Amino acid sequence: MSVLVIAEHDNAALKPATLNAVTAASKLGGDVAVLVAGQGCGAVADAATKIAGVAKVLVADAAPYAHPLAENLTPLVVGLAQGYGHVVATATTFGKNLMPRVAALLDVQQISEVMAIEAPDTFVRPIYAGNALATVKSSDKIKVMTVRATAFEAAATGSGSAAREDVAATADAGLSRFVGQALSKMERPELTAARIIISGGRAMQNGENFKMLEEVADRLGAAVGASRAAVDAGYVPNDYQVGQTGKIVAPELYIAVGISGAIQHLAGMKDSKVIVAINKDEEAPIFTVADYGLVADLSKAIPELKAELDRTKP
Amino acid sequence: MKVLVAVKRVVDFNVKIRVKADKTGVETANVKMSMNPFDEIGVEEAVRLKEGGKATEIVAVSMGPQQCQETLRTALAMGADRGIHVLSDAELQPLAVAKLLKAIVAKEQPQLVILGKQAIDDDSNQTGQMLAALLGWSQATFASKIALGSAEAEVTREVDGGLETVAIKLPAVVTTDLRLNEPRYASLPNIMKAKKKPIDQMAPSDLGVDVTPRLATLKVEEPPKRKGGVKVGSVAELVDKLRNEAKVI
Repeated sequence: MSVLVIAEHDNAALKPATLNAVTAASKLGGDVAVLVAGQGCGAVADAATKIAGVAKVLVADAAPYAHPLAENLTPLVVGLAQGYGHVVATATTFGKNLMPRVAALLDVQQISEVMAIEAPDTFVRPIYAGNALATVKSSDKIKVMTVRATAFEAAATGSGSAAREDVAATADAGLSRFVGQALSKMERPELTAARIIISGGRAMQNGENFKMLEEVADRLGAAVGASRAAVDAGYVPNDYQVGQTGKIVAPELYIAVGISGAIQHLAGMKDSKVIVAINKDEEAPIFTVADYGLVADLSKAIPELKAELDRTKP
Repeated sequence: MKVLVAVKRVVDFNVKIRVKADKTGVETANVKMSMNPFDEIGVEEAVRLKEGGKATEIVAVSMGPQQCQETLRTALAMGADRGIHVLSDAELQPLAVAKLLKAIVAKEQPQLVILGKQAIDDDSNQTGQMLAALLGWSQATFASKIALGSAEAEVTREVDGGLETVAIKLPAVVTTDLRLNEPRYASLPNIMKAKKKPIDQMAPSDLGVDVTPRLATLKVEEPPKRKGGVKVGSVAELVDKLRNEAKVI
């Protein structure tokens, strides 16, 4: 049986997280097809045909898909799903919003946030904020699942040559409409796609001090994140939040500054390859997961870090 | 308008969970249980809608063992008017819960159903979306603001890049995110009053729903432990280690 991957995009570009879903899909056996549903999304469809490992790209280009409304996308995906053994999306807010609606209409129990594929019907997923891992086996005919992007490598782009096929659009469900969006301006990489992340916690004390982190981030090409405590204190907007109730990240380098290491924060970043903790409290739990710990006051250590990066720049 | 809220009884978020030695699940015996925090936010939102004159009646629903009645009493003490308890000692997966809720919605005819975006035990994040699908209703997940009109609701949603606002036709399903509100603590008089509020009890079979699980849990394990590393003495040493030992910058 083949696998259908639902692409996430903004009609202009494919979201990188889709590439992780393609890799997960390729581990399920069978051909991988990617659905690009949007309006004026031709460039996205072209990009999708070039993803390595994709056999076919299905394109539904119509007004009801101008914005990713679950009410409008669901009938399209449900209609297509009948021919597939698996329907896969990344566990982003897009995938989490859409896939359960699809699963319910197919009368199947979705598998959420898959971290590993043991067999085409057997998956590992986190429960209790990642404090336990459950291995589950699905008895449903079609497996509808979301996958955790950081658990799968991104598929290569540029080398593929998938066939492109237009599919008939479904009508506007007439249940919901897009009103507007306020996306944070990101001059730095997105958190979920960044190779390096530097995050601040409550000890940053105010939003102004995050500028110090930004200066370090710019020297490393890093994204800036925050703990829930820093977000709740209003230092930075909520989409900066790394943690179980925020974003799950797994960069090559994660630098935690003034973050004590609450369970909820650790659940969001403990799969990072190298973790650095800078905290003046040497008993802080963050040091138990850090590869390199520095006990220091951040107001001194961060400017020093910036200067040291400049001084030792290769 | 009538508002339905779904509340789940889960292991309290402050409890450090332990995986059972036989790997069949997580230890829940003699562990503090509470209302799922996202559902608490849902109850609070419903109560605020009633206080603001938008909602007329709040019905709280919980599913699971007998002790779910405690969770319902908490919702009633916060301001819900009555409770419905679907009694089941068997595991209820999100699809089954959504089907049970659909049957209750058919009886109660609410204009709005509010659920937490996810339960902090199984972290599925599915039930609200599934319920909306089965009812053929609109949905607004991960809500951080709800502006309720008579035929439509405008809901601000927390999405990955920031915030998104959608207008959804009523009746609708809304799931809550963390920043929608801060739930109140029930006062002692309200806790006493809640003891007199009615709770209806029924079984899944009374609602005509087959709740057989579709996912079999083969095992539950602890995640691999991460070992703590070394402490460095200075910023210069840290940068040197990152460049030359870990080779990540």
